[in-house]
Amino acid sequence: MASDDAPAPPDDTHRALGLTDDEYARIAEILGRHPNHLELAMYSVMWSEHCSYKSSRIHLRRFPTEAPWVLVGPGEGAGVVDVGDGIAAALRIESHNHPSAIEPYQGAATGVGGILRDIFSVGARPIAVMDPLRFGPLDDARARWVAEGVVSGISGYGNSVGVPTVGGETVFDETYADNPLVNVLCLGVMPVERLVLGRAEGAGNLAVLLGSTTGRDGIGGVSVLASAGFGDDEADAEKRPSVQVGDPFEEKRLIEACLELLDRDLAVGVQDLGGAGITCATSETAAKGGAGMDVLVDEVPLRQPGMEPFEVMTSESQERMLAILTPDRLDEVLEIAARWEVRATVIGTVTGSGRLRVVDADGAVLADVPAKSLEEDAPLYDRPRSAPVDLEERRAERAASLPAPSDCGTDLLALVGDTRWVWSQYDHMLFLNTVVGPGGDAAVLRLKHPTTGEDTGRGLALTTDGNHLWCAVDPRSGSAMTVAESVLNLAVVGARPVAMVNCMNFGNPEHPEVMWQFSESVDGLSDGLRAFDVPCIGGNVSLYNESRGRDIDPTPIIGVLGVVDELDRVPPAPVLVDGGHVLLVGRTDPVLDGSRWAAMHGHRGRGQLPEVDLAAVGAVAAAVREVVRSGLLDGVHDVSAGGLGLALAEMAVRGGCGASVAGVDGHAALFSESAGRVLLCVSGDRLAAVRDLLGAHGVPVEEIGTAAGGRLVVDGLVDLPVDALAHASASWLSDALGSGTTQG
Amino acid sequence: MARHVAVVRFPGTNCEFDVVEAVESLGGTAEIVFHDRSDLGAADAVVVAGGFAHGDYLRPGAIARFSPVMSAVAEFAAAGGPVIGICNGFQVLTEAGLLPGALQKNAGLKFRCEMVELRVESTDSSLTNAASRGAVLRVPINHFEGNYTCSAETLAELRGEDRVVLRYVDNPNGSVDDIAGVCNAGRNVVGLMPHPERACHELLGSTDGRPLLASFL
Repeated sequence: MASDDAPAPPDDTHRALGLTDDEYARIAEILGRHPNHLELAMYSVMWSEHCSYKSSRIHLRRFPTEAPWVLVGPGEGAGVVDVGDGIAAALRIESHNHPSAIEPYQGAATGVGGILRDIFSVGARPIAVMDPLRFGPLDDARARWVAEGVVSGISGYGNSVGVPTVGGETVFDETYADNPLVNVLCLGVMPVERLVLGRAEGAGNLAVLLGSTTGRDGIGGVSVLASAGFGDDEADAEKRPSVQVGDPFEEKRLIEACLELLDRDLAVGVQDLGGAGITCATSETAAKGGAGMDVLVDEVPLRQPGMEPFEVMTSESQERMLAILTPDRLDEVLEIAARWEVRATVIGTVTGSGRLRVVDADGAVLADVPAKSLEEDAPLYDRPRSAPVDLEERRAERAASLPAPSDCGTDLLALVGDTRWVWSQYDHMLFLNTVVGPGGDAAVLRLKHPTTGEDTGRGLALTTDGNHLWCAVDPRSGSAMTVAESVLNLAVVGARPVAMVNCMNFGNPEHPEVMWQFSESVDGLSDGLRAFDVPCIGGNVSLYNESRGRDIDPTPIIGVLGVVDELDRVPPAPVLVDGGHVLLVGRTDPVLDGSRWAAMHGHRGRGQLPEVDLAAVGAVAAAVREVVRSGLLDGVHDVSAGGLGLALAEMAVRGGCGASVAGVDGHAALFSESAGRVLLCVSGDRLAAVRDLLGAHGVPVEEIGTAAGGRLVVDGLVDLPVDALAHASASWLSDALGSGTTQG
Repeated sequence: MARHVAVVRFPGTNCEFDVVEAVESLGGTAEIVFHDRSDLGAADAVVVAGGFAHGDYLRPGAIARFSPVMSAVAEFAAAGGPVIGICNGFQVLTEAGLLPGALQKNAGLKFRCEMVELRVESTDSSLTNAASRGAVLRVPINHFEGNYTCSAETLAELRGEDRVVLRYVDNPNGSVDDIAGVCNAGRNVVGLMPHPERACHELLGSTDGRPLLASFL
């Protein structure tokens, strides 16, 4: 907090830049004088919610972050884990929610670009992207416009830049009507010894700006856009120039040039330019290296003449990287850059002063601040938290009181929905790694050595998961259930979890209820991570997801990386196969609160989630992992949103085969989303062996039916032709968003 | 028997390493040739790999045709050497005039990445001589501009000379006459939109690309 005698702000400039009076006083205190306009602009972007995590840092510290295989934990460009055979995997997730709400195509495209730079800034080649997406309801024209633009943006940028998009999620719900979520996760691999960090060490070293010119696009993106909610349409339209424009071809050349200079060990450190642009990249590298930097602002190649120094220093123009190198390496770096037709310019020198100075061509010092202060002295708020005042009443309103449906089949038809329309627009096969692509429970990639290309015979698996309906009922338990779901998604492809990253999408942190949700969610995720011994290696926080005063439902989205220890066959798909026995592993708690079925009937954010027994989920995951690896299964699918009913329907549609199921005790057992359950389809000759394997793990197993024929029949509840389910599943998105198919 | 393959890489190409991996898995050797070179080394065959050469700016292949390496590719083709253009490589070869026709935007105006079925229509080409006529192969597509078009005269000529080497079983992009791949009059230059290199490994769901790549190895 600022002391009482701190200088009062001379005018309102700081507020226009998103700084409070207290924050202004703090800056003046650090500098021992009033900041000038350039300095104020630099602090405003670095101390924005988006860059400084000022409302969330205090809670993020509670995540478990350590494990013997963690090479780099939270706080760097990307988290990095050792996955064996001398290979390190880098993982990162980010949000591009606010830009995508304003300008869907470019917002999503630049989200992909930014996450790739995070990955190659630690020395890894990006090998896979995943996109968890949330949009408003499909019957809303604006939501459809946003959805179509976002998917086109990811497709247009991701395909062209040459990194496969191997999965993600697409959810349509009223809570995102004015505030879509566009999260993007990227996985990269590198030889362990190539790991580099963004450090500017060694006075006299050079800072070289690589890539695109700097323009007026994206000025104040982090402070104006990402750190405030949305209001009226006219004001939002005025924010459009704060969204950057992406150029995937520039990014592709930048990737190749940067990886080549890292391959040849020419850089001391590399840092991407994302939010807060040059200010962030120079101050972070200097502060982490315990050094200072002089930025030669007039050397920065500009896209347009007449830009002010504050614009140059805060622009978020895309496709730029900062490399720190010793002066004797400069010629080689310039040569590589020229070969890839990438612009490279010395824009600064590392100093021993500990200060970030902005210097013009005449040598005049335009700004002079302690480099560390931009990051480390950023405000830290423990914002007020309080549970909703009506929490007890809400908990008492149970979905069990909803009338039972006269025909569960009708509800099931409304729940099925294939997302092929989305992911068939993404290149998901590049690099010849994709063993299981989008549309499965988790993506599975062959693990090849990043430099020799040698196949390790093992695999990496990736899943992203989030469930706002659960978290709206109970952010703590819902978050723990999300981790459980990820672990099961990995188990059904035979993978064990090794690392998690999270993207915390929440509303306005100045609302005490939102901060309560946030804090509860951090604890719930942490509960889950500890139960499964999975470290959190990084994350991103997106707050102010509110529109017209209404916060979105709490939406923590997690990405979990798994390792498949022996990848010698394609894991079983989520299918029913004619003649197979259908087994349910795990125990059903017939509670409907927080379920998709309840939401469909207007019951949401109320009641109490099913009891989660994380130890029991862990036992199911271990058992399923083993039985998947045994090669004895015809089909396997985890039971999650939509419950047992939807899991059966999805397996029927994918397999083109019906089933006859008995012993499901009413609609609550059919649609409950209680955690820790998996469906298996096993042929008769392997049934005993599968039961033996599962039995050794002591997990509950029940044979609930047989796969056969063209109808899905659940005794007394559902009787539907598989064709009807398949049609409903295939047509819901193309009907709403345009066929995207052929035959002109 | 041709064994050593030059894989052409423009800035923006992204399938070059995949082609090298597939060629090597079939017993061939491969080297990547950057677009600024004007020779192809000791190549027995050339693959112009997929991706987005020069960002596909202007239109796919329109800038790549001017890269120095394309003169070498044209000479190599004129001398009868096998030249295969895959996806963006097919687009480059049409822009360079080494193959007839053009690739326009998919009929559905969407990018499409999916497994499709191809029928081998002619085994008289450098890409299909190890395949069986009439065989149906499962090979993925991955393109926005894969909708093959040409004049009526050219189409008549392609049909008359048995130069449509691959057709889609279920046309995914609106291509005229379901064309997925064509060859030149010399039958040594072949372009196709599907990616045979993506169908050479059991774990990737199909090995039907092998007979195609094996044809020039």
